[in-house]
Amino acid sequence: MLTIKNLSVSIDDKNILNNINLQIKPGKIHVLMGPNGAGKTTLAQILIGNPNFQFSIFNFQLNGKNMVQLSTEKRARMGLFVSFQNPVELEGISVLSFLRAAYNSTFPDKKLHLKEFKEKVKKTLADVLLDESFIGRSVNDGFSGGEKKRLEIVQILILKPKFAVLDEIDSGLDVDNLRNISSIIKNLVKKQKTGILLITHQSHIFKYLRPDFLHILKDGKLIDADCTQTIKKIERYGYAAV
Amino acid sequence: MQQFDLSYKFGFHDNVKPSFILTKGLSEDVIKKISKQKKEPSWMLNFRLSAFKIFNSKKMPGWGADLSGINFDEIYYYIKPTDKKGKTWEEVPLEIKNTFERIGIPQAERKFLAGVGAQYDSESVYHSISKMLSKKGVIFLDTDTALQKYPEIFREYFGKVVPPGDNKFAALNSAVWSGGSFVYVPKNVRVDLPLQAYFRINAKNLGQFERTLIIAEAGSYVHYTEGCTAPIYSTDSLHCGVVEVIVKKGAHVRYTTVQNWSKNVYNLVTKRMFVEEEGRGEWVDANIGSKITMKYPSIYLRGKGATGGLLSLSVAGLGQHQDTGGKMIHLASGTSSVIISKSIGKDVSKTTFRGLIKVVKNAKNCKSKMSCHTLLLDDKSESSSFPTVDVQNNSSKVTHEAVVSSIEENQLFYLRSRGISKEMAENLIIKGFSEPIVKELPLEYAVELNRLIQLEMEK
Repeated sequence: MLTIKNLSVSIDDKNILNNINLQIKPGKIHVLMGPNGAGKTTLAQILIGNPNFQFSIFNFQLNGKNMVQLSTEKRARMGLFVSFQNPVELEGISVLSFLRAAYNSTFPDKKLHLKEFKEKVKKTLADVLLDESFIGRSVNDGFSGGEKKRLEIVQILILKPKFAVLDEIDSGLDVDNLRNISSIIKNLVKKQKTGILLITHQSHIFKYLRPDFLHILKDGKLIDADCTQTIKKIERYGYAAV
Repeated sequence: MQQFDLSYKFGFHDNVKPSFILTKGLSEDVIKKISKQKKEPSWMLNFRLSAFKIFNSKKMPGWGADLSGINFDEIYYYIKPTDKKGKTWEEVPLEIKNTFERIGIPQAERKFLAGVGAQYDSESVYHSISKMLSKKGVIFLDTDTALQKYPEIFREYFGKVVPPGDNKFAALNSAVWSGGSFVYVPKNVRVDLPLQAYFRINAKNLGQFERTLIIAEAGSYVHYTEGCTAPIYSTDSLHCGVVEVIVKKGAHVRYTTVQNWSKNVYNLVTKRMFVEEEGRGEWVDANIGSKITMKYPSIYLRGKGATGGLLSLSVAGLGQHQDTGGKMIHLASGTSSVIISKSIGKDVSKTTFRGLIKVVKNAKNCKSKMSCHTLLLDDKSESSSFPTVDVQNNSSKVTHEAVVSSIEENQLFYLRSRGISKEMAENLIIKGFSEPIVKELPLEYAVELNRLIQLEMEK
C-alpha cells in the first residue's frame, strides 16, 4: 500500500494541493485526472523527493515504511517509481550504462554480467517497440516525445517497482504505442501486482485500460469519482462538469 | 607539495642504478657530453649547441601557467638507465622490466599491438615491431638508434616541423633531446594496429626530453599512442618533449596521448603536424596528470583538401593547472579542421583553453569549427578560455563556441530517482561529459582513463 496523508503544497502563497489523502493499492490501477496546472505533476514529484517543491509535513508510507525522511534514491530503491513528464536528457550516458547503474543500485544482490544484462535490455526495448540500437544511444538525447515515454516504461520493466506513478505517460504516443504500453501496464498489474497511479488529462488511454479507481484533482482538492460515468462526463463537458 | 596521493597507483619508484648520470645543470659541456655519449654525427652536436644558444636568448613565456617553480640548475639533463637496449623483452634489466610490468606494458603488447616502445628516464630500453610490418618497410625505433641507422631520412625531416627557435622549451628539447620514437611508414602501407610507446620518469629531479618523429608517406596510415607516468617525489621533474609528424599526400596519422604524470611534473610539450594534400592528421590528447601542463598540439594544413582534428580532454584536480588547447593553421584551399576541447575542474585547480584557427589569405573555401566546453564541479576551480580566430579571406567559414557549466541539478535528480546514489550519478555525468573523447581511445586506454577520472573525482 502506498499511503499519502495530509499533503498540502503552496507555491508563491498559492495553495496548489490542499490536504490530499490517497491510498494506492497493489495490483490496482488508480487514475488521477485534472485540468492543466491542477498540481498533478507536483504531487508526483513530491512523492519522489524533488527538492524544488516545498510541502507541509505530511505522512507518506510505502508498505508501512515512512518515506518522507528518505533521500530520492532510497525511495526509488524501496520500490517507488515516478516517471517524468519531461524525461531528462543525459548526453554521453548510454541507455545501457544508465539502466545498469540503476539496476545495480536497486538490486545490489542480483547483479548480472554485462552480457546477460545487455540481453535483458534488448528484450525490454523490443517490448516497447524500440530498436535495439537505442542501447548505445545517450539517454533521451535526441529522442522524440514518444520514445522518451517508452524509455520510461523500459525503466519500469527493468526496475520492477512495487508502485509506479506514471505522469502523462500517454502523451506523445501514437495509437499503436498507446495500445502496446497499456497492455504492458495491465500485465504489470496482473502478474507483478504493481500498484499504478496513472496521471493524465486526456481520456484516450481508457480505450485500452480500465482504471479501478478514479481521482479528480481540482482546485487543490482530491475527489474520488465513479470511473465510467465521470470519464464520460469529462469527455463531453470537460472538467467543469465534475 | 600536496599530500601523498594514494590513488595514483604509478607513484612508486624503483632503485635502478643508472649506468651513466650527468651532473645537474645545463651548459655547453653537458650538451657535448650527451652527444658524445650517444656517438652522434657532428651535425647533430652543432644542432644541439645552436639550439642551446636560442634557449638562452629566449625569455620564459610571459603568458600561461606559472612556471616560476622550475629551476634549470637543479635538473638532471641526462640519466642513462642501462647499457643494454632490449631487442626482446627478456633482455630488459629485471628492475626496469618489473616497473613496466607493474604499469602493464608487456600485457599491452600481448593485446595485439603492432609495436611497443618503452623509455625509462633518458633512454629507450625497448622497441619492437611485428615482423610483418618490418618486412613491409615500416620502421619503429627509438630516435637515437634511428639517427645511427637511417641518417639521411633522419636529417631530411628532423627539426623541420618544430624548429628549435619555435619556443623556449622546443629549444631546450633540441639542445638536450634523448630518446623518443621514430616512425616511418612507406607509401600506401597501412599499419592497422596501433604502435604504442610508454614513457616513464624514475629518477628524482629528472628532465625527460624525448623527441618523436613520425613520417607517413603518401597513402599510408598509422596510429601512434603514448602513455606516461612517474613516481611521486617531493621535488619537481620536468618533461619537455617535441613531437614532429609529417603526413604526406593522402596519408592519415592519428596520434593519441594519455598523459598521467604524477603531480610533481612540469609537462611542457610542443607537438606539430604538417599535413599535405588530401591527408588527414588527428591529435587525441588526454591530460589527467602533471602539476602544470602547457600543450597546444597544432596542425598545419599545407595541401589542398587536407583535414585536421584535435580532440582534447583535460582533468585538473587539487593543485593542478591544465593549460591546453590547439592550433589549426589553414595554408591551402579546401582544407577543414575541428577542435573539440573538454575540460573538467575540481578543487583548487585551473583549466585554461587556448585555441587558434588561422586561415591565410590564399587558402580559399576552408572550414573550421572550434568548441571548448568546461565542466566545473565546485566553485573552487577556475577556468578560462582564449579562442582566437584569424580568417584572412571571405570564402572560409569558421565557427567557435565556449561553454562553462556545472553539473545540472535536474540530471542529478533524474538519475537519483532511479535509485542511483548522488556520487554515482555525478560520476555518470562526468563520464558522459568526457565520452566524446574517451570513445576515440583504444579500449584499454579508455577503460583506464575512465577509472582515473573517477579516482580523481572521488578524492
